[in-house]
Amino acid sequence: METVKETEGAKTDINELKDIARRIRINLLRMLTNAGSGHTGGSLSAADIVTALYFAKMKHDPKNPKWEERDRFILSKGHAAPLLYTVLAECGYFDKSELMTLRRLSSRLQGHPDCKALPCVEISTGSLGQGLSIANGVALSGKLDKALFRVYVLLGDGETQEGQVWEAAMTAAHYKLDNLCAIIDRNRLQIDGTVEEIMSIEPVVDKWEAFGWNVIETDGHDIAKILSALNEAEKVKGKPTMIIAHTIKGKGVSIFEGKVEYHGIAPTKEELEIALKELEA
Amino acid sequence: MVEMIATRDAYGNALTELGTAHQDVVVLDADLSGSTKTGKFAKKFPERFFNMGISEQDLVGTAVGLAISGKVPFASTFAVFESGRAWEQIRQSVCYPFSNVKLVASHGGITVGEDGASHQSVEDIALMRVLPNMTVIIPADAEEMRQVINVVYDYRGPVYVRAGRNKTPVIYGKDYQFKIGKAVVHHIGKDVNIIAAGIMVYFSLQAAEEMKKEGIDAGVINMSTIKPIDKEAILKAAEASRAIITAEEHSVIGGLGSAVAEALVENLPVPMMRVGIQDRFGTSGKPEELLKYFCLTAEDIKKAAMEVIKRK
Ligand SMILES: Cc1ncc(C[n+]2csc(CCOP(=O)(O)OP(=O)(O)O)c2C)c(N)n1
Repeated sequence: METVKETEGAKTDINELKDIARRIRINLLRMLTNAGSGHTGGSLSAADIVTALYFAKMKHDPKNPKWEERDRFILSKGHAAPLLYTVLAECGYFDKSELMTLRRLSSRLQGHPDCKALPCVEISTGSLGQGLSIANGVALSGKLDKALFRVYVLLGDGETQEGQVWEAAMTAAHYKLDNLCAIIDRNRLQIDGTVEEIMSIEPVVDKWEAFGWNVIETDGHDIAKILSALNEAEKVKGKPTMIIAHTIKGKGVSIFEGKVEYHGIAPTKEELEIALKELEA
Repeated sequence: MVEMIATRDAYGNALTELGTAHQDVVVLDADLSGSTKTGKFAKKFPERFFNMGISEQDLVGTAVGLAISGKVPFASTFAVFESGRAWEQIRQSVCYPFSNVKLVASHGGITVGEDGASHQSVEDIALMRVLPNMTVIIPADAEEMRQVINVVYDYRGPVYVRAGRNKTPVIYGKDYQFKIGKAVVHHIGKDVNIIAAGIMVYFSLQAAEEMKKEGIDAGVINMSTIKPIDKEAILKAAEASRAIITAEEHSVIGGLGSAVAEALVENLPVPMMRVGIQDRFGTSGKPEELLKYFCLTAEDIKKAAMEVIKRK
Protein backbone atom coordinates (compact mmCIF):
# COMPACT_ATOMS: atom_id res chain seq x y z
CA MET A 1 0.00 0.00 0.00
CA GLU A 2 1.29 3.40 -1.00
CA THR A 3 1.54 5.96 1.75
CA VAL A 4 2.38 9.62 1.63
CA LYS A 5 4.12 11.29 4.54
CA GLU A 6 3.11 14.90 4.93
CA THR A 7 1.58 17.29 7.42
CA GLU A 8 0.49 16.38 10.91
CA GLY A 9 -3.05 15.08 11.17
CA ALA A 10 -3.15 14.48 7.44
CA LYS A 11 -4.42 11.18 6.10
CA THR A 12 -1.68 8.98 4.73
CA ASP A 13 -3.58 5.88 3.76
CA ILE A 14 -4.56 6.02 0.11
CA ASN A 15 -7.51 3.69 0.63
CA GLU A 16 -8.82 5.91 3.38
CA LEU A 17 -8.47 8.93 1.07
CA LYS A 18 -10.31 7.09 -1.66
CA ASP A 19 -13.08 6.38 0.75
CA ILE A 20 -13.26 10.04 1.76
CA ALA A 21 -13.48 11.03 -1.92
CA ARG A 22 -16.30 8.55 -2.38
CA ARG A 23 -18.15 10.04 0.59
CA ILE A 24 -17.57 13.53 -0.76
CA ARG A 25 -19.13 12.52 -4.08
CA ILE A 26 -22.14 11.02 -2.33
CA ASN A 27 -22.66 14.07 -0.15
CA LEU A 28 -22.24 16.58 -2.92
CA LEU A 29 -24.75 14.77 -5.11
CA ARG A 30 -27.25 14.60 -2.25
CA MET A 31 -26.74 18.27 -1.68
CA LEU A 32 -27.22 19.10 -5.35
CA THR A 33 -30.40 17.06 -5.68
CA ASN A 34 -31.74 18.69 -2.56
CA ALA A 35 -30.97 22.15 -3.94
CA GLY A 36 -32.49 21.28 -7.30
CA SER A 37 -29.79 23.15 -9.22
CA GLY A 38 -26.02 23.51 -9.34
CA HIS A 39 -22.94 22.19 -11.07
CA THR A 40 -22.60 18.43 -11.05
CA GLY A 41 -20.02 17.56 -13.71
CA GLY A 42 -17.20 19.87 -12.69
CA SER A 43 -17.68 19.12 -9.00
CA LEU A 44 -17.29 15.39 -9.58
CA SER A 45 -14.30 15.78 -11.88
CA ALA A 46 -12.30 17.68 -9.26
CA ALA A 47 -13.37 15.62 -6.23
CA ASP A 48 -10.19 13.54 -5.99
CA ILE A 49 -7.93 16.58 -6.43
CA VAL A 50 -9.61 18.63 -3.72
CA THR A 51 -9.83 15.63 -1.39
CA ALA A 52 -6.09 15.02 -1.80
CA LEU A 53 -5.40 18.68 -1.02
CA TYR A 54 -7.58 19.04 2.06
CA PHE A 55 -7.12 15.59 3.59
CA ALA A 56 -3.51 14.83 2.81
CA LYS A 57 -1.52 17.74 1.48
CA MET A 58 -2.52 21.07 2.95
CA LYS A 59 -1.69 22.39 6.39
CA HIS A 60 -4.92 23.80 7.76
CA ASP A 61 -7.00 23.82 10.91
CA PRO A 62 -10.80 23.62 10.75
CA LYS A 63 -10.95 25.03 14.27
CA ASN A 64 -8.93 28.06 13.22
CA PRO A 65 -9.86 28.93 9.63
CA LYS A 66 -7.73 32.08 9.62
CA TRP A 67 -4.60 30.39 11.02
CA GLU A 68 -1.77 32.48 9.58
CA GLU A 69 0.41 29.54 8.59
CA ARG A 70 -2.29 27.60 6.77
CA ASP A 71 -1.86 26.60 3.17
CA ARG A 72 -4.37 28.45 1.01
CA PHE A 73 -6.76 26.96 -1.52
CA ILE A 74 -8.53 29.13 -4.07
CA LEU A 75 -11.30 27.62 -6.17
CA SER A 76 -10.95 29.68 -9.32
CA LYS A 77 -13.60 27.53 -11.01
CA GLY A 78 -16.12 28.77 -8.47
CA HIS A 79 -19.02 26.83 -9.95
CA ALA A 80 -17.58 23.73 -8.28
CA ALA A 81 -18.86 25.25 -5.03
CA PRO A 82 -20.77 22.07 -4.09
CA LEU A 83 -17.48 20.19 -4.01
CA LEU A 84 -15.75 22.86 -1.94
CA TYR A 85 -18.62 23.03 0.56
CA THR A 86 -18.76 19.25 0.93
CA VAL A 87 -15.01 19.03 1.50
CA LEU A 88 -15.05 21.88 4.04
CA ALA A 89 -17.92 20.25 5.91
CA GLU A 90 -16.18 16.87 5.83
CA CYS A 91 -13.08 18.55 7.31
CA GLY A 92 -15.24 19.95 10.10
CA TYR A 93 -15.33 23.65 9.18
CA PHE A 94 -19.10 23.53 9.63
CA ASP A 95 -21.80 20.96 10.27
CA LYS A 96 -22.73 18.70 7.39
CA SER A 97 -26.41 19.40 7.95
CA GLU A 98 -25.79 22.89 6.58
CA LEU A 99 -25.08 21.34 3.18
CA MET A 100 -28.82 20.98 2.71
CA THR A 101 -29.17 24.79 2.65
CA LEU A 102 -27.22 25.12 -0.60
CA ARG A 103 -28.52 27.94 -2.82
CA ARG A 104 -31.35 28.85 -0.43
CA LEU A 105 -32.20 32.38 0.57
CA SER A 106 -29.96 33.52 3.47
CA SER A 107 -27.79 30.41 3.26
CA ARG A 108 -24.06 30.78 3.82
CA LEU A 109 -23.70 28.31 0.97
CA GLN A 110 -24.33 30.65 -1.91
CA GLY A 111 -24.58 29.38 -5.49
CA HIS A 112 -20.94 30.35 -5.90
CA PRO A 113 -18.51 30.68 -2.96
CA ASP A 114 -18.96 33.82 -0.86
CA CYS A 115 -16.08 34.42 1.56
CA LYS A 116 -18.02 37.02 3.51
CA ALA A 117 -20.78 34.56 4.33
CA LEU A 118 -18.43 31.62 4.82
CA PRO A 119 -15.02 32.74 6.15
CA CYS A 120 -13.34 29.37 5.58
CA VAL A 121 -13.57 30.20 1.87
CA GLU A 122 -10.46 32.24 1.05
CA ILE A 123 -12.07 34.44 -1.59
CA SER A 124 -15.39 34.70 -3.43
CA THR A 125 -15.24 33.27 -6.93
CA GLY A 126 -17.69 32.44 -9.69
CA SER A 127 -16.58 34.77 -12.43
CA LEU A 128 -14.05 32.63 -14.23
CA GLY A 129 -10.49 33.70 -14.90
CA GLN A 130 -9.77 35.64 -11.73
CA GLY A 131 -8.48 33.08 -9.24
CA LEU A 132 -4.92 32.77 -10.48
CA SER A 133 -4.26 36.51 -10.14
CA ILE A 134 -5.59 36.39 -6.59
CA ALA A 135 -3.51 33.32 -5.77
CA ASN A 136 -0.46 35.19 -7.10
CA GLY A 137 -1.20 38.07 -4.73
CA VAL A 138 -1.40 35.66 -1.80
CA ALA A 139 1.86 34.01 -2.89
CA LEU A 140 3.57 37.39 -3.25
CA SER A 141 2.46 38.29 0.25
CA GLY A 142 3.86 34.99 1.51
CA LYS A 143 7.19 35.74 -0.14
CA LEU A 144 7.29 39.24 1.36
CA ASP A 145 6.73 37.81 4.83
CA LYS A 146 9.04 34.85 4.22
CA ALA A 147 6.07 32.73 5.27
CA LEU A 148 6.16 28.98 4.72
CA PHE A 149 2.59 28.42 3.56
CA ARG A 150 1.81 27.25 0.03
CA VAL A 151 -0.92 28.48 -2.26
CA TYR A 152 -3.09 26.14 -4.34
CA VAL A 153 -5.50 27.24 -7.01
CA LEU A 154 -7.83 25.10 -9.12
CA LEU A 155 -8.82 26.17 -12.61
CA GLY A 156 -11.12 24.65 -15.19
CA ASP A 157 -9.61 23.84 -18.57
CA GLY A 158 -12.24 25.94 -20.33
CA GLU A 159 -11.52 28.70 -17.86
CA THR A 160 -8.01 29.08 -19.25
CA GLN A 161 -9.58 30.63 -22.35
CA GLU A 162 -9.87 33.81 -20.27
CA GLY A 163 -7.19 36.37 -21.09
CA GLN A 164 -6.61 37.26 -17.46
CA VAL A 165 -5.36 33.73 -16.80
CA TRP A 166 -2.44 34.41 -19.13
CA GLU A 167 -1.71 37.78 -17.58
CA ALA A 168 -1.52 35.93 -14.27
CA ALA A 169 0.55 33.14 -15.83
CA MET A 170 3.19 35.74 -16.72
CA THR A 171 3.04 37.31 -13.27
CA ALA A 172 3.59 34.01 -11.42
CA ALA A 173 6.62 33.16 -13.53
CA HIS A 174 8.00 36.71 -13.48
CA TYR A 175 7.88 36.84 -9.70
CA LYS A 176 9.17 33.26 -9.42
CA LEU A 177 6.26 32.14 -7.27
CA ASP A 178 7.48 28.66 -6.35
CA ASN A 179 5.18 28.76 -3.33
CA LEU A 180 2.27 28.56 -5.76
CA CYS A 181 0.86 25.44 -7.34
CA ALA A 182 -1.97 25.70 -9.85
CA ILE A 183 -4.01 22.74 -11.00
CA ILE A 184 -6.08 22.50 -14.15
CA ASP A 185 -9.05 20.16 -14.00
CA ARG A 186 -8.50 18.88 -17.53
CA ASN A 187 -11.88 17.26 -18.07
CA ARG A 188 -12.03 18.43 -21.70
CA LEU A 189 -15.58 19.72 -21.46
CA GLN A 190 -17.04 23.18 -20.94
CA ILE A 191 -20.68 24.30 -21.37
CA ASP A 192 -21.29 24.45 -25.10
CA GLY A 193 -19.27 21.38 -25.96
CA THR A 194 -15.75 20.02 -25.78
CA VAL A 195 -12.93 22.44 -25.10
CA GLU A 196 -11.31 21.22 -28.30
CA GLU A 197 -14.26 22.22 -30.49
CA ILE A 198 -15.26 25.43 -28.64
CA MET A 199 -11.78 26.96 -28.28
CA SER A 200 -8.81 24.65 -28.21
CA ILE A 201 -6.27 25.22 -25.44
CA GLU A 202 -3.74 22.82 -26.95
CA PRO A 203 -0.83 22.41 -26.78
CA VAL A 204 -1.58 22.96 -23.13
CA VAL A 205 1.71 21.67 -21.69
CA ASP A 206 3.81 23.65 -24.17
CA LYS A 207 1.84 26.80 -23.46
CA TRP A 208 2.42 26.75 -19.72
CA GLU A 209 6.04 25.74 -20.17
CA ALA A 210 6.51 28.58 -22.63
CA PHE A 211 5.08 30.92 -20.00
CA GLY A 212 7.84 29.83 -17.63
CA TRP A 213 6.04 27.25 -15.52
CA ASN A 214 7.09 23.84 -14.33
CA VAL A 215 4.40 21.54 -15.74
CA ILE A 216 3.40 18.14 -14.40
CA GLU A 217 0.77 15.94 -16.03
CA THR A 218 -1.07 13.48 -13.88
CA ASP A 219 -4.16 11.30 -13.59
CA GLY A 220 -6.57 13.53 -11.69
CA HIS A 221 -8.49 10.58 -10.28
CA ASP A 222 -5.52 8.67 -8.86
CA ILE A 223 -5.01 10.14 -5.41
CA ALA A 224 -1.54 8.67 -4.98
CA LYS A 225 -0.45 10.19 -8.27
CA ILE A 226 -2.06 13.52 -7.42
CA LEU A 227 -0.16 13.58 -4.14
CA SER A 228 3.14 12.75 -5.73
CA ALA A 229 2.58 15.55 -8.25
CA LEU A 230 1.81 17.96 -5.40
CA ASN A 231 4.94 16.83 -3.56
CA GLU A 232 7.07 17.16 -6.66
CA ALA A 233 5.71 20.68 -7.19
CA GLU A 234 6.87 21.65 -3.72
CA LYS A 235 10.45 20.69 -4.55
CA VAL A 236 10.69 22.90 -7.63
CA LYS A 237 12.35 26.22 -6.83
CA GLY A 238 12.34 29.44 -8.82
CA LYS A 239 9.14 28.86 -10.77
CA PRO A 240 5.49 28.10 -10.21
CA THR A 241 4.11 24.65 -10.97
CA MET A 242 1.08 23.80 -13.07
CA ILE A 243 -0.40 20.36 -12.60
CA ILE A 244 -2.49 19.31 -15.56
CA ALA A 245 -4.81 16.80 -13.94
CA HIS A 246 -6.48 14.61 -16.55
CA THR A 247 -10.01 13.98 -15.39
CA ILE A 248 -13.44 12.89 -16.53
CA LYS A 249 -16.29 15.32 -16.09
CA GLY A 250 -18.97 13.69 -13.93
CA LYS A 251 -16.46 11.10 -12.67
CA GLY A 252 -17.83 8.38 -10.41
CA VAL A 253 -21.32 8.08 -11.85
CA SER A 254 -21.71 6.35 -15.20
CA ILE A 255 -24.72 8.38 -16.32
CA PHE A 256 -22.87 11.69 -15.79
CA GLU A 257 -19.40 10.74 -16.99
CA GLY A 258 -18.21 12.64 -20.04
CA LYS A 259 -21.65 14.18 -20.57
CA VAL A 260 -21.56 17.87 -21.34
CA GLU A 261 -25.23 18.30 -20.41
CA TYR A 262 -24.49 17.53 -16.74
CA HIS A 263 -22.31 20.62 -16.42
CA GLY A 264 -24.83 22.83 -14.75
CA ILE A 265 -27.77 20.70 -13.68
CA ALA A 266 -28.43 18.85 -10.46
CA PRO A 267 -29.31 15.15 -10.47
CA THR A 268 -32.99 14.33 -10.28
CA LYS A 269 -34.14 12.06 -7.45
CA GLU A 270 -34.08 9.10 -9.84
CA GLU A 271 -30.59 9.96 -11.06
CA LEU A 272 -29.44 10.33 -7.47
CA GLU A 273 -30.70 6.81 -6.71
CA ILE A 274 -28.63 5.42 -9.57
CA ALA A 275 -25.61 7.46 -8.50
CA LEU A 276 -25.80 6.36 -4.88
CA LYS A 277 -26.09 2.72 -5.92
CA GLU A 278 -22.93 3.02 -7.97
CA LEU A 279 -20.99 4.98 -5.38
CA GLU A 280 -22.07 2.86 -2.44
CA ALA A 281 -21.37 -0.39 -4.23
CA MET B 1 -0.01 83.53 -6.33
CA VAL B 2 -1.70 80.30 -5.37
CA GLU B 3 0.49 77.27 -5.05
CA MET B 4 -0.03 74.72 -7.84
CA ILE B 5 0.41 70.96 -7.26
CA ALA B 6 -1.06 68.02 -9.18
CA THR B 7 -3.08 65.62 -7.07
CA ARG B 8 -1.13 62.73 -8.63
CA ASP B 9 2.06 64.22 -7.21
CA ALA B 10 0.42 64.60 -3.84
CA TYR B 11 -0.55 60.92 -4.10
CA GLY B 12 3.00 59.84 -4.87
CA ASN B 13 4.34 61.77 -1.90
CA ALA B 14 1.64 60.62 0.49
CA LEU B 15 2.16 57.02 -0.55
CA THR B 16 5.87 57.19 0.16
CA GLU B 17 5.21 58.65 3.60
CA LEU B 18 2.60 56.00 4.25
CA GLY B 19 5.04 53.28 3.21
CA THR B 20 7.59 54.63 5.65
CA ALA B 21 5.11 54.55 8.50
CA HIS B 22 3.45 51.22 7.67
CA GLN B 23 5.13 48.01 6.62
CA ASP B 24 1.90 46.53 5.30
CA VAL B 25 1.53 49.10 2.51
CA VAL B 26 2.22 47.54 -0.90
CA VAL B 27 1.85 49.23 -4.27
CA LEU B 28 1.00 47.86 -7.70
CA ASP B 29 1.09 49.58 -11.06
CA ALA B 30 0.54 48.61 -14.68
CA ASP B 31 3.49 50.16 -16.50
CA LEU B 32 2.51 53.74 -15.68
CA SER B 33 4.38 54.30 -12.43
CA GLY B 34 6.05 57.41 -13.80
CA SER B 35 2.68 58.95 -14.61
CA THR B 36 0.67 57.77 -11.61
CA LYS B 37 3.60 58.75 -9.35
CA THR B 38 3.80 55.37 -7.67
CA GLY B 39 7.36 55.34 -9.04
CA LYS B 40 8.47 57.31 -6.02
CA PHE B 41 7.32 54.54 -3.69
CA ALA B 42 8.87 51.96 -6.03
CA LYS B 43 12.25 53.62 -5.71
CA LYS B 44 12.14 53.77 -1.96
CA PHE B 45 10.54 50.37 -1.33
CA PRO B 46 11.34 48.17 -4.33
CA GLU B 47 10.48 44.98 -2.44
CA ARG B 48 6.96 46.25 -1.74
CA PHE B 49 6.28 47.50 -5.25
CA PHE B 50 4.94 45.22 -7.97
CA ASN B 51 4.89 46.29 -11.56
CA MET B 52 2.31 44.05 -13.20
CA GLY B 53 3.07 45.09 -16.74
CA ILE B 54 0.25 46.19 -19.00
CA SER B 55 -2.40 43.98 -17.44
CA GLU B 56 -5.03 45.85 -15.49
CA GLN B 57 -7.23 42.84 -14.73
CA ASP B 58 -4.29 40.99 -13.23
CA LEU B 59 -3.28 44.18 -11.41
CA VAL B 60 -6.59 44.23 -9.57
CA GLY B 61 -6.69 40.47 -8.96
CA THR B 62 -3.18 40.43 -7.53
CA ALA B 63 -4.05 43.35 -5.28
CA VAL B 64 -6.97 41.31 -3.96
CA GLY B 65 -4.64 38.41 -3.13
CA LEU B 66 -2.33 40.75 -1.24
CA ALA B 67 -5.29 42.30 0.58
CA ILE B 68 -6.70 38.99 1.79
CA SER B 69 -3.23 38.19 3.11
CA GLY B 70 -3.24 41.25 5.34
CA LYS B 71 -1.42 43.77 3.16
CA VAL B 72 -2.92 47.13 2.26
CA PRO B 73 -2.48 47.33 -1.51
CA PHE B 74 -2.67 50.58 -3.47
CA ALA B 75 -3.20 49.73 -7.15
CA SER B 76 -2.74 52.47 -9.71
CA THR B 77 -3.00 53.12 -13.40
CA PHE B 78 -4.91 55.57 -15.57
CA ALA B 79 -8.55 56.05 -14.55
CA VAL B 80 -9.88 54.94 -17.90
CA PHE B 81 -8.09 51.56 -17.71
CA GLU B 82 -8.46 50.99 -13.98
CA SER B 83 -12.21 51.54 -13.89
CA GLY B 84 -12.94 50.26 -17.37
CA ARG B 85 -10.66 47.37 -18.27
CA ALA B 86 -10.73 45.91 -14.77
CA TRP B 87 -14.35 46.74 -13.92
CA GLU B 88 -15.52 43.19 -13.56
CA GLN B 89 -12.51 42.23 -11.46
CA ILE B 90 -13.31 45.19 -9.23
CA ARG B 91 -16.93 44.08 -9.02
CA GLN B 92 -16.33 40.39 -8.32
CA SER B 93 -13.08 40.31 -6.39
CA VAL B 94 -12.86 43.73 -4.73
CA CYS B 95 -16.38 44.93 -3.98
CA TYR B 96 -18.38 41.73 -3.53
CA PRO B 97 -15.93 40.19 -1.02
CA PHE B 98 -15.24 43.64 0.50
CA SER B 99 -11.50 43.30 -0.16
CA ASN B 100 -9.32 45.94 1.41
CA VAL B 101 -8.00 47.25 -1.91
CA LYS B 102 -7.28 50.92 -2.61
CA LEU B 103 -7.65 51.79 -6.27
CA VAL B 104 -6.03 55.15 -6.89
CA ALA B 105 -6.49 56.12 -10.51
CA SER B 106 -4.63 58.96 -12.09
CA HIS B 107 -5.41 61.01 -15.21
CA GLY B 108 -9.10 61.37 -14.47
CA GLY B 109 -11.20 63.60 -16.70
CA ILE B 110 -10.49 65.51 -19.90
CA THR B 111 -7.61 67.61 -18.56
CA VAL B 112 -5.39 64.68 -19.53
CA GLY B 113 -5.25 66.86 -22.63
CA GLU B 114 -3.44 65.99 -25.83
CA ASP B 115 -3.71 62.19 -25.52
CA GLY B 116 -7.38 62.55 -26.42
CA ALA B 117 -10.54 60.54 -25.89
CA SER B 118 -8.97 57.08 -25.48
CA HIS B 119 -7.15 58.32 -22.39
CA GLN B 120 -9.74 60.70 -20.97
CA SER B 121 -11.90 59.08 -18.35
CA VAL B 122 -15.32 60.73 -18.30
CA GLU B 123 -17.24 57.74 -16.95
CA ASP B 124 -15.07 56.23 -14.19
CA ILE B 125 -17.05 57.75 -11.35
CA ALA B 126 -20.30 56.34 -12.73
CA LEU B 127 -18.69 52.92 -13.14
CA MET B 128 -17.38 52.89 -9.59
CA ARG B 129 -20.35 54.55 -7.92
CA VAL B 130 -22.76 51.85 -9.06
CA LEU B 131 -20.82 49.13 -7.25
CA PRO B 132 -22.12 48.09 -3.81
CA ASN B 133 -19.50 48.39 -1.03
CA MET B 134 -17.42 50.91 -2.99
CA THR B 135 -16.30 54.26 -1.60
CA VAL B 136 -15.57 56.88 -4.27
CA ILE B 137 -13.45 59.95 -3.61
CA ILE B 138 -12.20 62.82 -5.80
CA PRO B 139 -9.82 65.06 -3.87
CA ALA B 140 -10.01 68.71 -4.89
CA ASP B 141 -6.39 69.60 -4.20
CA ALA B 142 -3.03 68.28 -3.07
CA GLU B 143 -3.69 68.70 0.64
CA GLU B 144 -7.00 66.88 0.42
CA MET B 145 -5.32 64.09 -1.53
CA ARG B 146 -2.60 63.77 1.10
CA GLN B 147 -5.21 63.36 3.79
CA VAL B 148 -7.40 61.05 1.72
CA ILE B 149 -4.53 58.61 1.23
CA ASN B 150 -3.95 58.47 4.97
CA VAL B 151 -7.64 58.15 5.77
CA VAL B 152 -8.30 55.39 3.24
CA TYR B 153 -5.34 53.46 4.63
CA ASP B 154 -7.09 53.38 8.00
CA TYR B 155 -10.47 52.56 6.48
CA ARG B 156 -10.97 48.84 5.85
CA GLY B 157 -12.72 48.23 2.55
CA PRO B 158 -12.73 49.00 -1.16
CA VAL B 159 -11.96 52.56 -2.21
CA TYR B 160 -11.62 54.32 -5.55
CA VAL B 161 -9.72 57.61 -5.53
CA ARG B 162 -9.40 59.77 -8.62
CA ALA B 163 -6.28 61.87 -9.18
CA GLY B 164 -5.59 64.43 -11.88
CA ARG B 165 -2.66 64.89 -14.22
CA ASN B 166 -2.18 68.64 -14.08
CA LYS B 167 -1.05 71.10 -11.51
CA THR B 168 -4.07 72.64 -9.81
CA PRO B 169 -4.42 75.32 -7.14
CA VAL B 170 -3.96 74.30 -3.53
CA ILE B 171 -7.17 75.18 -1.71
CA TYR B 172 -6.71 73.75 1.76
CA GLY B 173 -4.20 74.33 4.50
CA LYS B 174 -2.91 71.99 7.17
CA ASP B 175 -5.86 72.86 9.39
CA TYR B 176 -8.21 71.19 6.91
CA GLN B 177 -9.55 67.79 7.92
CA PHE B 178 -10.89 65.24 5.47
CA LYS B 179 -13.52 62.75 6.56
CA ILE B 180 -15.04 60.05 4.33
CA GLY B 181 -18.62 60.96 3.48
CA LYS B 182 -18.43 64.49 4.86
CA ALA B 183 -18.80 67.33 2.39
CA VAL B 184 -16.66 70.43 2.79
CA VAL B 185 -19.01 73.38 3.03
CA HIS B 186 -17.15 76.51 1.99
CA HIS B 187 -20.23 78.68 2.23
CA ILE B 188 -23.97 78.14 2.04
CA GLY B 189 -25.51 80.65 -0.38
CA LYS B 190 -29.02 82.04 -0.23
CA ASP B 191 -29.44 82.42 -3.99
CA VAL B 192 -27.76 79.31 -5.34
CA ASN B 193 -25.41 76.58 -4.17
CA ILE B 194 -22.75 74.88 -6.27
CA ILE B 195 -21.86 71.32 -5.39
CA ALA B 196 -18.55 70.43 -7.02
CA ALA B 197 -15.77 67.86 -6.95
CA GLY B 198 -12.15 67.64 -8.08
CA ILE B 199 -10.75 70.49 -10.12
CA MET B 200 -14.24 71.99 -10.42
CA VAL B 201 -14.17 73.06 -6.77
CA TYR B 202 -11.67 75.82 -7.44
CA PHE B 203 -13.60 77.00 -10.51
CA SER B 204 -16.78 77.02 -8.43
CA LEU B 205 -15.13 79.18 -5.79
CA GLN B 206 -14.09 81.57 -8.56
CA ALA B 207 -17.61 81.59 -9.98
CA ALA B 208 -19.11 82.33 -6.55
CA GLU B 209 -16.62 85.17 -6.10
CA GLU B 210 -17.68 86.67 -9.43
CA MET B 211 -21.36 86.37 -8.54
CA LYS B 212 -20.77 88.01 -5.19
CA LYS B 213 -19.56 91.09 -7.04
CA GLU B 214 -22.96 91.17 -8.70
CA GLY B 215 -24.77 90.80 -5.42
CA ILE B 216 -25.62 87.15 -5.81
CA ASP B 217 -25.08 84.93 -2.79
CA ALA B 218 -23.69 81.68 -4.21
CA GLY B 219 -22.44 78.92 -1.95
CA VAL B 220 -19.87 76.24 -2.71
CA ILE B 221 -19.68 72.71 -1.40
CA ASN B 222 -16.78 70.36 -2.12
CA MET B 223 -18.37 66.93 -2.38
CA SER B 224 -15.07 65.05 -2.38
CA THR B 225 -16.71 61.82 -1.30
CA ILE B 226 -19.08 60.95 -4.14
CA LYS B 227 -20.07 57.76 -2.36
CA PRO B 228 -21.34 57.56 0.30
CA ILE B 229 -22.70 60.98 -0.56
CA ASP B 230 -23.35 63.57 2.14
CA LYS B 231 -27.11 63.87 1.68
CA GLU B 232 -27.47 66.10 4.67
CA ALA B 233 -25.17 68.73 3.16
CA ILE B 234 -27.03 68.57 -0.15
CA LEU B 235 -30.42 69.05 1.47
CA LYS B 236 -29.19 71.86 3.69
CA ALA B 237 -27.88 73.68 0.64
CA ALA B 238 -31.10 73.05 -1.30
CA GLU B 239 -33.17 74.31 1.55
CA ALA B 240 -31.13 77.49 1.82
CA SER B 241 -31.10 78.45 -1.86
CA ARG B 242 -33.81 76.39 -3.59
CA ALA B 243 -31.45 76.17 -6.56
CA ILE B 244 -28.53 73.78 -7.07
CA ILE B 245 -25.68 73.47 -9.56
CA THR B 246 -23.36 70.53 -9.78
CA ALA B 247 -19.93 70.81 -11.38
CA GLU B 248 -17.78 67.84 -12.34
CA GLU B 249 -15.05 66.87 -14.79
CA HIS B 250 -17.04 63.81 -15.78
CA SER B 251 -20.10 62.85 -17.76
CA VAL B 252 -23.28 64.38 -16.38
CA ILE B 253 -24.59 60.81 -16.49
CA GLY B 254 -23.88 58.70 -13.44
CA GLY B 255 -21.43 60.89 -11.56
CA LEU B 256 -21.73 63.68 -9.01
CA GLY B 257 -24.58 65.38 -10.88
CA SER B 258 -26.60 62.21 -10.88
CA ALA B 259 -25.86 61.47 -7.24
CA VAL B 260 -27.00 64.95 -6.19
CA ALA B 261 -30.08 64.73 -8.43
CA GLU B 262 -31.02 61.42 -6.82
CA ALA B 263 -30.81 62.94 -3.36
CA LEU B 264 -32.81 66.01 -4.36
CA VAL B 265 -35.56 64.28 -6.31
CA GLU B 266 -36.39 61.93 -3.49
CA ASN B 267 -36.23 64.50 -0.72
CA LEU B 268 -36.41 68.09 -1.79
CA PRO B 269 -36.88 68.69 -5.51
CA VAL B 270 -35.54 72.12 -6.45
CA PRO B 271 -34.37 73.49 -9.80
CA MET B 272 -30.96 72.09 -10.62
CA MET B 273 -28.44 72.08 -13.46
CA ARG B 274 -25.46 69.84 -14.06
CA VAL B 275 -22.24 71.31 -15.36
CA GLY B 276 -20.18 68.48 -16.79
CA ILE B 277 -19.47 66.61 -19.98
CA GLN B 278 -22.69 66.29 -21.93
CA ASP B 279 -22.73 62.62 -22.88
CA ARG B 280 -19.76 62.69 -25.23
CA PHE B 281 -16.19 61.52 -25.48
CA GLY B 282 -13.23 63.80 -24.92
CA THR B 283 -10.86 65.02 -27.60
CA SER B 284 -7.26 66.18 -28.02
CA GLY B 285 -6.23 69.66 -27.03
CA LYS B 286 -4.56 71.66 -24.30
CA PRO B 287 -6.24 71.18 -20.93
CA GLU B 288 -7.28 74.86 -20.72
CA GLU B 289 -8.69 74.71 -24.24
CA LEU B 290 -10.60 71.57 -23.39
CA LEU B 291 -12.12 73.09 -20.27
CA LYS B 292 -13.52 75.88 -22.46
CA TYR B 293 -14.52 73.49 -25.24
CA PHE B 294 -16.52 71.29 -22.85
CA CYS B 295 -17.95 74.28 -20.94
CA LEU B 296 -16.26 73.49 -17.64
CA THR B 297 -14.89 76.92 -16.72
CA ALA B 298 -15.80 79.23 -13.84
CA GLU B 299 -17.71 81.27 -16.38
CA ASP B 300 -19.76 78.25 -17.45
CA ILE B 301 -20.59 77.49 -13.83
CA LYS B 302 -21.68 81.08 -13.32
CA LYS B 303 -23.82 80.98 -16.45
CA ALA B 304 -25.56 77.83 -15.28
CA ALA B 305 -26.08 79.32 -11.83
CA MET B 306 -27.75 82.43 -13.25
CA GLU B 307 -29.95 80.22 -15.37
CA VAL B 308 -31.04 78.01 -12.50
CA ILE B 309 -31.83 81.02 -10.32
CA LYS B 310 -34.27 82.17 -13.02
CA ARG B 311 -36.07 78.83 -12.78
CA LYS B 312 -36.87 79.17 -9.11
C1 LIG C 1 -16.33 35.05 -16.72
C2 LIG C 1 -17.32 33.95 -16.82
N1 LIG C 1 -17.89 33.67 -18.02
C3 LIG C 1 -18.80 32.69 -18.12
C4 LIG C 1 -19.18 31.97 -17.03
C5 LIG C 1 -20.26 30.89 -17.14
N2 LIG C 1 -19.64 29.57 -16.99
C6 LIG C 1 -19.74 28.89 -15.84
S1 LIG C 1 -18.94 27.43 -15.88
C7 LIG C 1 -18.48 27.67 -17.49
C8 LIG C 1 -17.69 26.61 -18.20
C9 LIG C 1 -16.44 26.31 -17.46
O1 LIG C 1 -15.72 25.31 -18.11
P1 LIG C 1 -14.45 24.72 -17.40
O2 LIG C 1 -13.57 25.83 -16.95
O3 LIG C 1 -13.83 23.74 -18.30
O4 LIG C 1 -15.03 24.08 -16.07
P2 LIG C 1 -15.51 22.59 -15.80
O5 LIG C 1 -15.71 21.91 -17.11
O6 LIG C 1 -14.42 21.97 -15.04
O7 LIG C 1 -16.76 22.69 -15.00
C10 LIG C 1 -18.96 28.89 -17.95
C11 LIG C 1 -18.75 29.38 -19.33
C12 LIG C 1 -18.58 32.30 -15.80
N3 LIG C 1 -18.92 31.66 -14.67
N4 LIG C 1 -17.65 33.26 -15.73
